[in-house]
Parts: sequence; structure tokens; C-alpha cells
Amino acid sequence: MLDIKNLHAGIDGKEILKGLTLHVGVGEVHAIMGPNGSGKSTLANVLAGRPKYAATSGSVTYEGKDLLALPAEERAREGVFLAMQYPVEIPGVNNIYFLKAALNSIRKHQGIEELDAMEFLQLAREKMKLVELDEAFMNRSVNEGFSGGEKKRNEIFQMAVLDPKLAILDETDSGLDIDALRIVAEGVNALRSEKHSVLVITHYQRLLRYLVPDFVHVLADGKIVKSGGKELAEELEQKGYEWIEEEVAAAR
Amino acid sequence: MSSILEERLVEPCHIDGEPDRVRRIRAQAAERFNALGWPTMRLEEWKYTSLTSLTNIDWKTDPSKGDDPVSPFGDRPIAELIFVNGALRANRSTLANEHPGIRILPMREAMESESFAQHFARYADYEKHALTALNTALWQDGAFIEIAPGTAVEGFIHLLFIGDDAAASHPRNLIVAGRGSQITVVESFLGKGTYFTNAVTEVVAGDGAVVDHYKFENESLQAFHIGTVQIHQERASNVASRTIAIGGGLVRNEINVALTGEGASLSMEGLFVLSGKQHVDNHTVIDHVAPHCDSLELFKGILDENARGIFDGRIIVEPDAVKTSSRQTNRNLLLSETAIVDSKPSLEIHNDDVKCNHGSTIGQLDEEALFYLRARGIGEEDARNLLVYAFASEIVERMKIDAVRENVGKALFARLGRGETQ
Repeated sequence: MLDIKNLHAGIDGKEILKGLTLHVGVGEVHAIMGPNGSGKSTLANVLAGRPKYAATSGSVTYEGKDLLALPAEERAREGVFLAMQYPVEIPGVNNIYFLKAALNSIRKHQGIEELDAMEFLQLAREKMKLVELDEAFMNRSVNEGFSGGEKKRNEIFQMAVLDPKLAILDETDSGLDIDALRIVAEGVNALRSEKHSVLVITHYQRLLRYLVPDFVHVLADGKIVKSGGKELAEELEQKGYEWIEEEVAAAR
Repeated sequence: MSSILEERLVEPCHIDGEPDRVRRIRAQAAERFNALGWPTMRLEEWKYTSLTSLTNIDWKTDPSKGDDPVSPFGDRPIAELIFVNGALRANRSTLANEHPGIRILPMREAMESESFAQHFARYADYEKHALTALNTALWQDGAFIEIAPGTAVEGFIHLLFIGDDAAASHPRNLIVAGRGSQITVVESFLGKGTYFTNAVTEVVAGDGAVVDHYKFENESLQAFHIGTVQIHQERASNVASRTIAIGGGLVRNEINVALTGEGASLSMEGLFVLSGKQHVDNHTVIDHVAPHCDSLELFKGILDENARGIFDGRIIVEPDAVKTSSRQTNRNLLLSETAIVDSKPSLEIHNDDVKCNHGSTIGQLDEEALFYLRARGIGEEDARNLLVYAFASEIVERMKIDAVRENVGKALFARLGRGETQ
């Protein structure tokens, strides 16, 4: 599904990822953990194609395609979804109109018939229940006036509607209370299947209690320094990140 | 090289059977125009706009030309007057005078009426404003709308002005809304090729009247448009003035409002969406004369390519206008490196018992929002258009009349899909 090889990338000429290698197979859930400044969000943004984030060397292959060569919208149409850490408010753009346009541009690209207004509304209603968002949100402007938790749930709602092959969650858990966390995790769990892959980027282990990953990787100073199963997350939660950093320093 | 128009003195036009007062006013207006001359950039009010290209053309007045016009609203207005190059197309117009309390006439047939005598040329200032003087001296026709006291008109009246083929026209309108009446009037300006429209509309909102006035300027991109909307508000009247400017090569919109009766309320909104080499100069004056009035002004500009836009808005609070509440906002969105906007909001407050503020912003499209839309699969151009439309929607969505909102929305979408510019 996703093959990242020796990726060097950064922003404004500053290198943040320094040779990251990661393989995500179809149907797998990977968690990327790491201290602040380790490059977690840079990885998410480089994969989604955010302008200003540039790869300087290495490669990212997604379903056999050179992902880095595609503009952001093409990546989305190919099935890559980024749940943003800071979803932006867009006054004047209707939430539901926007999402219908997004879904239909993806379906068109994938050669699937576009949904009409009624069909779309039916789908949206169903997915809203999943993330426990009130239907009133549909007719509001994108994220405008939403609370932090509502914004994150809106991201998961969009993800549920767009049904991506590869979902990247960039610190979706940060700032969420326990109920919102459970809702977000349930939304992601509903997407889990043998066809969908998920990359969960997080600082804390608590989301991973609800959303059990197949693999856990520790990112430090722009590289993956340790990989393991779900038990690695628990170890990090107990011992913090220092021991990893010490291990890395000792190995140098 | 000075042009023919510059050299030639303006002679007032006359219509058969014109009352003496009108003849006198026309003569005075012509005299004032000849004394003032065409405005130049040396005048503070005209510092951003040169009329040289306008005065260099020898304009004809040929109302016979032009195709039979088609209304963009179909049969949705309750009444419609259509003018081509300033002349009424009676066969294309409907006057709706079967509605009790509504009187709609071509101006040239309204000159004997009491309201005309009472209000015509009382508000639009031909002493100081050259183009208003020119209109007052030369007007041939326009719409006269009178709503009887207490009459609430459902639906809207549409005035359509079409320009064509090197013609100059000076439409003149008078809208008188009686005490406690309610009326919506939409003026649209369309056309093709190069022509010059110099329109003046006077609006009188009587005590407690509710008036919605829309001006939709969608002239051809080679056209010259100068238009003044002069609104006079009496006690507890409520006026909404909306100006949408998306067409025209060289455009000057003047919207002037005097709040002369206690407790009057004004909402003034404007939207200009420009590209190519369009030049649109918006000039507004809100004069708080009486106490306890409020005004809320919002003008938004969207400028692409080499367009030039101006917002020059003045709010005056007179010494007697205590307890005035006034807010003026101008927001602009620049879509290219070469588009220019000048924003000049100003407040002149002559008493200290008021609540007034003003502000203006000039910005670009939000890159974060653009990325957000693209990251969901929406193409870059569609995403840009969506955001631009969103910026405009604050004004468009507030339009109460469905037909007008849809028409403006459609025209905006057509303009935003680039490539239509010249």
C-alpha cells in the first residue's frame, strides 16, 4: 500500500525528516509515536501534499505510484485522506456542499458513478450517526464556530464519507476528552477492514487503547528508531520517551 | 488634444410639455455642468479615477438601436420597465398599475404628478456633482415609482437599462415610498459593446417605510458606467441598499444616503468582483442628520488580474445626530499580484454621543483553506472558486428576493470561472 524509503523532507529548507523508512501493508493499522519536534506532523503533511513541505530525497510509493509527484487533490482522489491536526474554519463554504463536491470528485476520478443530492444526504446521515454529530452541522460553514472536539469529529465524519484507502490521522486525539476520543476511535475502527490502511500519528498512547494498532513505531529526530507491536505503546506510556532517546544516543 | 465633449458646452434637453420647474432645473444643471466641467483626478473625490477615456469619445444618443431586450428575470417581477439606450421599450415593459397603491410610470409621463413636483431633483445634488448635473440636464426617461402610504408590495419591481453601440444615456429614476409602505426595486444594467450610461436614481423613504433597493451593475466590459443612487430617509424608515458591480470597463458607483428623520435605519451593502482591466470606483456617503439613527455598511471587493477597485466611504455624523450608531467595513480579496485596491473609509463625527467604528482589510486567499479543500479531492481551480464565492456569499446570501439572489449568484459563478475576461 505505502512504501516510504529513506525519506528526507522538511519545510522552508529546514530538514525535519532525515531518512525515514516505513512500510504499511494493506489492511494494517500503524501508529507513529514520538516526542514533540520529532517530525510526526511533517510526515503527515508531506504525505498529504501540503504546499511548502518538500521532500529532498528518498521516495514514497503508494499503490505503485510515486505519491510525491501528485498534487494534493490527486492524492485524495487516489484514496489518501489526512485528518488534520488543526482543521481550518472556512466561512461561507457549506459543510455538506463541500463534502458532496469532494466525494463526487473522488468518485469521478475512480470511475464510480457520482451521487445525487438525495443519495449523498442518505450516506451523510448514516455517517453522522457514527461520529455522533448533530445534523445541524451539515448546513453550517466548514468548521466555523465548531469546538475543538467537533472539528475533530468532523474530520472523522469526512473520512467515513470519503472512505479512503489510506487514512492518516495527525494527532486527532490531541485536546479531546474521553468521550470524543472514544467516538473518534470508533469512527476509525468502523473504517478498519482488510482493504483500508490507517496511519495514526500521536503523542500519547491513550487513543491506542481504543484503536489497537498492528504496529507501533517510534519517531525521533526525523527517523524511525524503534518498531514493535502494540505493547511498545504501553511501554512508552510508562517510561516516557527518554529511554528511547538514550538508546538512540548510545547507538551512535 | 482636447475632445469634442470637452470643448462643447452642454445644452439642456427638453421633453415636450415639460413643466417650467423642470425646464428651469435642466437649465441650471447644464450651467453647473459647464461651470464644473468633467471631474478630474485633481479633485479629492476623483483622485483614483480618470474620465479621460470617456470624454475622448464622441457619444451619440440613438435610442432606436439595439435588439429587443430579454429580461433576466422572466415573469418574476411584478412590474418591469426596460430601457434601451435610455428609451423605454413599452412593448417589453409591464407597469402593474392594476395593483392598488402602486403607481409606475415612465418619468416623462410622471412630470405633472404631485410627488414628482415635490421630490424630483431635491436630493441628488447637481450643484456640486458634475455627472449628476449632466444627467439632470440631459435625461430623457426613466422610471417613476410611487407607493401609496401603508401599501406593502409583495415581490419586486425591476428596472432594466440596456446599453448598446456607442450610445450615451442618462436614465433618471424617482422612487417615492409613502409613509409605512414597503417596496423592493431592482435596477439592472446590462449591454454590449462600448457605450456610456450615466444614471441617477432618487429614493425617498417616507416615515416608517421599508425600502429594499438593489443595483446590479453587469455592463459590458467595454462600457462606461456612472451611477448615483441618492437615498433620502425620513423618520423610522428602514432602507437596505445593495450594490453589486461585476461588469463595466470604467465604473463609478455613488451611493449617498441622508438619514434625516429620527430612528431611521440603513443597511448598505456592496460587492464588486473585477478582473481584466476593469476599474470600479465605489463612493459612498452616509449622512447622519437626525438623532437615534443607525447605519451598517459592508462593502466587499474581489479583484483579479489587472483590475483596479476603490472603496471610498464617508460617514458624517452631524452635530444634532446624537445617539448615532454606525459601523462601516470594507473587506477586499486580491487574487493576483497585479490587482490593486484602494480602501478609504472615513468618519466625520461632529458630536460626542455616538457609537461609530470603521475598518478595512485587504488580503489574499487563505492558503490553509485552499489546501484543506484540495486535500479532500477538490481541484485547485474549483477550490479557489469555492473560496472566492464564499467570500462573496456573505453579501449574496443575504439578498431576500430569491430571483435576484439566484441571478446574481449565477452571474458571479460565470465571472469566477475565469477566461471570460478580456
